[in-house]
Amino acid sequence: MSAMLEIAGLRASAGEKEILKGIDLVVQPGEVHAVMGPNGSGKSTLAQVLAGHPAYTVTAGTVRFQGADLLDLEPEERAQAGVFLAFQYPVEITGVTNAYFLRASYNAIRKAHGQEELDPMDFLDLLEQKLKLVEWDSGIMSRAVNSGFSGGEKKRNEILQMAVLEPALAILDETDSGLDIDALRIVANGVNSLRRPDRATIVVTHYQRLLDYIIPDYVHVIADGRIVKSGGRELALELEAKGYEWLTGIAEGAPA
Amino acid sequence: MSKALAEAFERFSRNGGGEGPTELLTRRREAWGRFAAAGFPSSRDEEWRFTPVSAIEKISWTPAIEPVSPPVPRELDPYRVGPPDWVSLVFVNGRYDAGLSQESGLPAGVSVEPLATALARQPALLDLTEATPFSVLNAAFARDGAVIRVAAGVEVVHPIHLLFLTTASAAAQTVQVRSLIVVEQGARAQFVESYAGLGDAASFTNAVTDVSVGAGAWVEHSRIQRESESAYHIGLTRVEQQRDSHYRSFTLAMGGAIARHDLRARLADENVETLLYGLYLGRGEQLVDNHTVIYHDRPNCRSWEVYKGVLDGKSHAVFNGKVLVTPEAQKTDAKQTNRNLLLSDGAKVDTKPQLEIFADDVRCTHGATVGRLDETAFFYLQSRGISRSAAKRLLTYAFAAEVTAEIASVPVREALDRLVVERLGGLE
Repeated sequence: MSAMLEIAGLRASAGEKEILKGIDLVVQPGEVHAVMGPNGSGKSTLAQVLAGHPAYTVTAGTVRFQGADLLDLEPEERAQAGVFLAFQYPVEITGVTNAYFLRASYNAIRKAHGQEELDPMDFLDLLEQKLKLVEWDSGIMSRAVNSGFSGGEKKRNEILQMAVLEPALAILDETDSGLDIDALRIVANGVNSLRRPDRATIVVTHYQRLLDYIIPDYVHVIADGRIVKSGGRELALELEAKGYEWLTGIAEGAPA
Repeated sequence: MSKALAEAFERFSRNGGGEGPTELLTRRREAWGRFAAAGFPSSRDEEWRFTPVSAIEKISWTPAIEPVSPPVPRELDPYRVGPPDWVSLVFVNGRYDAGLSQESGLPAGVSVEPLATALARQPALLDLTEATPFSVLNAAFARDGAVIRVAAGVEVVHPIHLLFLTTASAAAQTVQVRSLIVVEQGARAQFVESYAGLGDAASFTNAVTDVSVGAGAWVEHSRIQRESESAYHIGLTRVEQQRDSHYRSFTLAMGGAIARHDLRARLADENVETLLYGLYLGRGEQLVDNHTVIYHDRPNCRSWEVYKGVLDGKSHAVFNGKVLVTPEAQKTDAKQTNRNLLLSDGAKVDTKPQLEIFADDVRCTHGATVGRLDETAFFYLQSRGISRSAAKRLLTYAFAAEVTAEIASVPVREALDRLVVERLGGLE
């Protein structure tokens, strides 16, 4: 079976500053990979580079997604190909309803695949089911996208989008940050219910807490732009107990 | 000063200056005299500093005449608001067209008559106070428009639409229209005032609208200016509000090579609420100017103003928002916001808030911004599969929709929303 995602020697900079200094990672369909690391290690940058964030320039290396050159694609083409990034800081778009945005997004991806667009009524039916996954009622759909949403609501909205778009590769960028335990459970349930043998997930997180709910197959630790250690789920527990310092040499004043 | 206009006025006044008593002609002569003395405003005039009207001055205008082939009802469909049975008063090249209008269905207590009829009876309706260079020109020539009176306590459920159309044959012709809307004590009413071009004529519309809002009355007034992008449009709206009244205005300006709208609201008594929303869309080489003045004459009044602009191409927008608070207007609460979105390098904006406050116990704020679409928002939409060009349209629409969302009448809001979407090239 060919890999879903193959990252080789990936280097990326923001302006003059190099942040990713040679990342190698292979993700197979069906797998969940956790990418952990201290603040400023480059883990969120990796997530954003994979989605095509314009603030970063890839200076070396390759990324192949389902056999194709991912770096050659515009952000929207990556989404159409099946890559989804759940944002750490979802953007507020006042003036556009959540329902409109989701349908526009869903239809843009369908259109890219030569499929017929869904009309508003059919889309509402689809939405009804997806809303259940994140334990929401439809009231949220008539509100402007993320506008005035609490931190937890924004993250839940990201998972709702993911549930609607059903990506082959979901990348969660610190989706757990700022969530209380109930919101964390809802977000994790949403992610877990979308797991399938032909889909993969990369969970970028600072804390092991989320990994109690979304069980990873592999855990990678990034420090200073490189993966310094990889292992199984037990690595996350070890990090929880010992902090990052023993791996990175960086003192971590991580709040508990 | 335009020779053609002078000759046109001479002909017009020799023929009696429209139907009516001598007093009407006397007023018209006075108005013309004032216009002739001052002429077109120049860039030395502070009120017109950023809005050169020399392009208008250069053209030899003649008063608009009825088109040889009048529009058929079907041609009006794109300009209608709401279902066909709603009351609409249609003017073609400045003259009332009963055949195209829908007069039946007016509730009891609402009277509507063409200005020409009203002037014949009451020449004083040609009010020359608080004049502007163009309002006196209008008073010299204006023969038609709508005079609407909503009697005390009457509720008008559906908006009344005043639709001013200019035909393709109206090149080098000027349309001078004047309307008067009176909403008496405790009445509720909605009005839509539209200016549209059928075709692409370089016509010149000079419109004056006076709105009188009685004590405790509630009025929503939407003004849609969607004339041809070759046309010239100058508009003045004067509003006077009595105690406990609520007036909300929505102004959409998207047509015209040069388009200027002055909106002056006088809060003439206590506990008045005034909401002024505006949206202007410029592209190509359009020049769109909005000047607003809010007169806080009396205590305990609230004004809330939000004007937003979307400028593309080499278009140029001017916004000037004056708020005048008299010494006795204590407890005034006034907030003014002007936000501009530039879609191109060639577009520009001159924005100027002007607060003149002579009372000490007030809350008055203003803010103006000029910016571009946010790259983070672009990326967010693109990361959801939406193309950059579709994301641009959607984000621009979102920016504009924040103002249209404030229109209370749902059918009017939807009609304006469609107009904005259409202008932006559609949404997916």
